[in-house]
Amino acid sequence: MSSRPDSIRPDSIRADSIRAGHFPDLPRQRLAGELGMWVFLATEILFFGGLFTGYAVYRLQYPDAVTEAARHTDVLLGSVNTFLLLTSSLLVALAVACQDRPGLRLCRLFLGGAIALGLGFLAVKAVEYHADLAEGLVPWPGSSLPPGPQRLFFAFYWAMTGVHAVHMTVGIALLGWMFRDLRARPKLMRGTARLEVAGLYWHFVDAVWIFLYPLLYLVGRAQ
Amino acid sequence: MTMATESAAFDGGPPAPAGSYLTAGRGIASWLLTRDHKRIALLYMVTLTLFFVIGGVSAALVRLELVTPQGDLLSADGYNQAFTLHGIVMVWFFLVPLIPVSLGNFLLPLMIGAKDLAFPRLNLFSWYLNAGAGLLVIYALVAGGIDTGWTFYTPFSTVYSNSHVFLAAVAVFVAGFSTIATALNFVVTIHLLRAPGLTWFRLPLFVWALYATSLMMLLATPVLAMVLVLIALERVAGIPIFDPAQGGDPLLFQHLFWFYSHPAVYIMILPAMGVVTELLTCFARRRVFGYRFMVYALLGIAAVGFLVWGHHMFTSGQAAYASVIFSMLSFLVAVPSAIKVFNWTATFYRGSIRFTSGMLYGLGFVGLFTMGGLTGLFLAAIPIDIHVHDTAFIVAHFHYIMVGAVVTAFYGGLHFWWPKITGRLYPEGWARFAAILMFFGFNLTFFPQFILGYLGMPRRYHSYPAEFQVWQVLSSGGSAVLALAYLLPMAYLAWSLVWGRRAGANPWGAAGLEWRAASPPPEHNFTDEPVVDGPPYDYHPQGGPT
Repeated sequence: MSSRPDSIRPDSIRADSIRAGHFPDLPRQRLAGELGMWVFLATEILFFGGLFTGYAVYRLQYPDAVTEAARHTDVLLGSVNTFLLLTSSLLVALAVACQDRPGLRLCRLFLGGAIALGLGFLAVKAVEYHADLAEGLVPWPGSSLPPGPQRLFFAFYWAMTGVHAVHMTVGIALLGWMFRDLRARPKLMRGTARLEVAGLYWHFVDAVWIFLYPLLYLVGRAQ
Repeated sequence: MTMATESAAFDGGPPAPAGSYLTAGRGIASWLLTRDHKRIALLYMVTLTLFFVIGGVSAALVRLELVTPQGDLLSADGYNQAFTLHGIVMVWFFLVPLIPVSLGNFLLPLMIGAKDLAFPRLNLFSWYLNAGAGLLVIYALVAGGIDTGWTFYTPFSTVYSNSHVFLAAVAVFVAGFSTIATALNFVVTIHLLRAPGLTWFRLPLFVWALYATSLMMLLATPVLAMVLVLIALERVAGIPIFDPAQGGDPLLFQHLFWFYSHPAVYIMILPAMGVVTELLTCFARRRVFGYRFMVYALLGIAAVGFLVWGHHMFTSGQAAYASVIFSMLSFLVAVPSAIKVFNWTATFYRGSIRFTSGMLYGLGFVGLFTMGGLTGLFLAAIPIDIHVHDTAFIVAHFHYIMVGAVVTAFYGGLHFWWPKITGRLYPEGWARFAAILMFFGFNLTFFPQFILGYLGMPRRYHSYPAEFQVWQVLSSGGSAVLALAYLLPMAYLAWSLVWGRRAGANPWGAAGLEWRAASPPPEHNFTDEPVVDGPPYDYHPQGGPT
């Protein structure tokens, strides 16, 4: 029991304490963080699932228009981004693996690299969006595409990459926060599942891109 | 039993060493920044009441308009806005969160012997999301309203409507995040914070119901979130995913929408089933009949509930074979639902039944749920559904489940746990009267709508042929009785806060862990960590006289 009945949060997570008092022990608290993130990622799968379902419906309904429209996407920039993102995911995995080493320098190095590659991804995406706009590869009025299903493909292109970019931004912010705390609150970082939980989110964002890349960039390139 | 402190109004029952959660901090900040699940539950109850009033007032406008055959009180547009507001507020800001965020938030940690939910800050955050989203909806109302109906059907919502669809979509999206946060919190809590000895099959059925509900919330809500994002993108950026002019498919919208919105009905009803199980067992002094089957039935409804959404689209141009499959699966939901109704009634066998207000609310729930469920079977049959599609029959059916059953169960639970929450007892005679009034008021409001719908009265019309008037007047009169029955408990429960008798820790002699804590519980719930060594609903000894 708390000895401070007047305090409003005597037993909850405080800035410098590792363990929140309502957990029986530290391993259970770690588990809660990890399970919480896995559950959240399940909801994310369903969230993107709505988009993927819509894409699948239209691709089955208009196969020719989809392959025709997909040839307009920039496969080079898309491939570069795939490379950047996969590599950043590797770096995050390495950072998590280094978390228990005596010094956190290597851990921070890997995490910093992952953040840099993530920012690189967004920069490349911005260049690509700019070119798309210049070419009129858009679904809204002013498009250079013929009215009809080709515009539907680009509707998905913009919606999917846009929602993904939002997730990238959140992921970079999350990794940046962990990067700071590795220096500022090393004890907290070692004692809890925070880095691993942030890493799980990053891997998820990466995994979404692994599906987006073939659906948006590789469709129709074989012919 | 009394405590001579300056906060005597809120203290009661066995004196708790550290005071109760109500006195653990003072001032508005100690409430707005609290991480105590019990206080957050009360914050939610405040906002839920606000949304209930807004949704109720818009319903009253609808019922008033329908007293006469002509459209005289509201214009056609005004009527559209009234029922849209009613639907959006009641579905997303009242019924979906209702039992989980209030009773669930308060009781889940207590019922499993935990000090709090796994993520107290996330819990508080979810309330802010919910309240913020609600403010946005209220703003949309003030700024000119929404006229799409709560279903946001495309292309009307994306291309044609000139009302505040974007704001409403954003608000519901944010409210969905709040739901997801709560559900995630519940799932992790139930997995990791159960008291020693509290195995899965010793959990009270209310906890199981919250678990099944949370799973549905987690898997259904994100799909709604995406469909709202797509509506918002189409309205703001002209990204034409559902636009028929570009080859887009409005049916795709309906599939995605109902993939959430059908399970949403089960999200509302499952926690109500959990509440009622606690009520009926306590006031019949019986272990629940067929505990394991009650668990499987909850999970079964949650699972099958995901596979029936197409029964909302029998007339929408969905493939005939798809309709047949959806029809069969919809019939299947009746099996676990019937198991629950039969087991509740079988629980009474050789029970020692007391017709307390809690019992009366529980019985009211069973009656209304049975009516709603049986008419659901009518609607699962494609030919009947086509006949009554988009009529008042549908309106009556889903109100029996979502409003009649769910809100009755909520009031039952509120009465049952009121002594735990506040430490006070309410006037039992008034409570019984309100419970009975609610049952009859509800039936008087909605039973006539079954007849109206069968006769051909479409929903969402503000004028109608004169021959329907008698049924409409009955329904509107019933809604006045129902409103009284909903308001009456608010009055005497508020009265009891000051003048009610103090409740002990366990005024009903109930079996759950939550009754081992003081009333109201101290800030961290239990003075000694509870240990569980037997099954739930231990109302009569195993092997003893039955």
